Amino acid sequence: MIAEAGHYALVLALGLALIQSTVPMLGARWHDAALMNVARSTALAQLLFALASFAALVTLHVTSDFSVVNVFENSHSLKPLIYKITGVWGNHEGSMLLWVSILALFGGLVAAFGNNLPLSLRAHVLAVQAWIASAFYLFILITSNPFLRIANPPIEGRDLNPVLQDIGLAVHPPMLYLGYVGFSISFSFAVAALIEGRIDAAWARWVRPWTLVAWIFLTLGIAMGSYWAYYELGWGGWWFWDPVENASLMPWLAGTALLHSAVVMEKRNALKVWTILLAILTFSLSLLGTFLVRSGVLTSVHAFATDPTRGVFILLILCTFIGGSLTLYAWRASALKQGGLFAPISREGALVLNNLFLTTACATVFIGTLYPLALEVLTGDKISVGAPFFNLTFAPLFVPLMIAVPFGPLLAWKRGDLLGAAQRLMAAGIAALIAFAVLWAWTRGGSALAPLAIGLAVFVIAGALCDLAERTGLFRAPVATAVRRARGLPRSTWGTAFAHAGVGVALIGIVCETTWNSEYIGSMKAGDVAKIAGYEVELDSLAQRQGPNFREMVAQFTVSLDGRRLSEMTPSKRNYPARGSSTTEAALLTRGVSQLYISLGDTADGTIAVRIYHKPLVLLIWFGPVLMAFGGMLSLSDRRLRVGAPKPARAPRGLQPAE
Amino acid sequence: MTRKQRRLTMIGGSLTVLALAVALVLNAMRDSIVFFSTPGMVAEKHILPGKRFRLGGLVENGSLVRGDNLAVSFKVSDGNATLPVAYKGILPDLFREGQGVVAEGALDPSGVFRADTVLAKHDENYMPRDLADALKKQGHWKDDYGAKTDDNAKQAKQGVSQ
Repeated sequence: MIAEAGHYALVLALGLALIQSTVPMLGARWHDAALMNVARSTALAQLLFALASFAALVTLHVTSDFSVVNVFENSHSLKPLIYKITGVWGNHEGSMLLWVSILALFGGLVAAFGNNLPLSLRAHVLAVQAWIASAFYLFILITSNPFLRIANPPIEGRDLNPVLQDIGLAVHPPMLYLGYVGFSISFSFAVAALIEGRIDAAWARWVRPWTLVAWIFLTLGIAMGSYWAYYELGWGGWWFWDPVENASLMPWLAGTALLHSAVVMEKRNALKVWTILLAILTFSLSLLGTFLVRSGVLTSVHAFATDPTRGVFILLILCTFIGGSLTLYAWRASALKQGGLFAPISREGALVLNNLFLTTACATVFIGTLYPLALEVLTGDKISVGAPFFNLTFAPLFVPLMIAVPFGPLLAWKRGDLLGAAQRLMAAGIAALIAFAVLWAWTRGGSALAPLAIGLAVFVIAGALCDLAERTGLFRAPVATAVRRARGLPRSTWGTAFAHAGVGVALIGIVCETTWNSEYIGSMKAGDVAKIAGYEVELDSLAQRQGPNFREMVAQFTVSLDGRRLSEMTPSKRNYPARGSSTTEAALLTRGVSQLYISLGDTADGTIAVRIYHKPLVLLIWFGPVLMAFGGMLSLSDRRLRVGAPKPARAPRGLQPAE
Repeated sequence: MTRKQRRLTMIGGSLTVLALAVALVLNAMRDSIVFFSTPGMVAEKHILPGKRFRLGGLVENGSLVRGDNLAVSFKVSDGNATLPVAYKGILPDLFREGQGVVAEGALDPSGVFRADTVLAKHDENYMPRDLADALKKQGHWKDDYGAKTDDNAKQAKQGVSQ
């Protein structure tokens, strides 16, 4: 009954989406306010039905109703409740349902908070949003219905892939989808602007918060996925340049570029045509990511099931939306008026440079990801493009970008003073040089590459601080004045500083982890001691244990430093009988921001293969993105940009008396 | 500067970055791309020692030998030819004799494939697509790999026809 209700709700949502995708367009054409307002009510109703459908699937999973194929294939009655819930999107059908639910959510948000949007713009945006939604509702209903029943219901389910039975599944996919799908809003705005043939700074003020929301979630989603892979897969790696990872990195790079070009458009009314193109490209890359992951073109843990009809269907959606929007762009973009002028050395120029490097870096990732597929189709040769390719292309493109980052915020709009900015960045430059010299001396003439990279990261972080110091007049004015000015600074300025510093922090983590990571691999028996990076790791015992739906072999280690006992670590190897598969549960010991990492291999007569890593400053890799996301949130909370409040603040905060 | 000059500066800058990117990509393509081979293809193509490639095939039954300090050796076969593989480290969770495997590394002068990576399989039915494809082509496909792998292979063909 619940399954049928969920299915029916989904069909109704499709019906509403179809109305929403046509009626408001006609209304805008005939200047009929009533018809245009249909968009708002249908978007909200569509959200209601999509959520009802999603809730139905969650209920089926929670109650372990194995008469539903989806539940039977991915659940088990002994599975802990949290994994019963997260298992809803731990499979193809459920994750697509989550995808459309989030799409409906964003549409509903625009409908609910878009009261101050021009009526025809809102109608167009919601109509475009409904086109996307209709396509994906159809996809789910035709090729991946999660509510199918089994004629003879089995008693027990097949259990969820054990790798996915982790708290990471509760956070990573929803975050990532909020990011991917969030970019649909900027896409819809871009297409609506092209249809209307009109675009102004108010448009950018609207698009920016939505892009920012999507970007924040995507940043956190990618970081979360990376940390999950790091501790769950047991290899100690955090980024593999796997096509599926690249599929999420590409929209992130394009989205970051979009975020910056939208600033130029909002403040200076320039780069309109380019911003529109970026908005289209960013969401296209999100769709491409969905295609790569969901179609089974790439076989990985993310491609839950592979079915040709699904691949073809998503490819069709992909071609329709990307092809359609780009055609519309080619046809209408020239109609948009060019905006303000600026000199190459200016804030706008710096942001153009940022866009140039980000999109080029994105293009190299695109080539590295799709070239093997294209080559196989064309010549039949099978190749793999791995980390070396990306290290040789992506990294060199990021270096000039990183050097330029601190200069951007210090340049004035329209015409900037590069020399002046350089002078103001003197302190950051000195800090970077000191960091480089100290590290180089400390590594005693080892490769200068890592100290240089860290020097660069320090430059980025110190540059962000310099910008803040410059704006508040710290060290020049009395402290009280500086504090007052700091309070008066727009939150988006703070956001910029935090986000830029986050990039530097992540870079430090990445460089330290890859350069000074130490590793011990060997077989150990009880009483053996492994020495790594000054730590002594002793294997105390090996024991078998029974979990709710698995058996595990637990190894107990004692870690000591200089003879002092620090802590115990208990990595394990789990075997899930329902699927006959096993997973490696690594044990992590955090010391400051560094980590000790132990994962287990095979056992053979009392000895066990053990992999121990010491990963210096590894946590910075994920603190960086968290800092970036925090910066994004600060910027989002800026009055000027608050979602649904596109009007400027009445009085700048700086003019208020200090309490 | 006039509008035209500014535009030229922008275009010039973009082209510079683009040229840089193209140079980087071409350079990386030359050095860091790894081809996929089965033991039969290795015998045919006379791959030189030291050239990195990915080797795929089935782990021959009874060929797995564990040495000291996590050294392992096993043979990979595709039905036509077999190739000895040496690896040092922890094998992935689902490495089994008689199952498919993909290893990355290079041949040494004595003709042994020195693998530095053995790819993890993600579930018991998972077969790397390259391998499923190669096995199908050579008629060594067994139906008991499970329906899922069969789908993979179909998908792979799909990919080719698109």
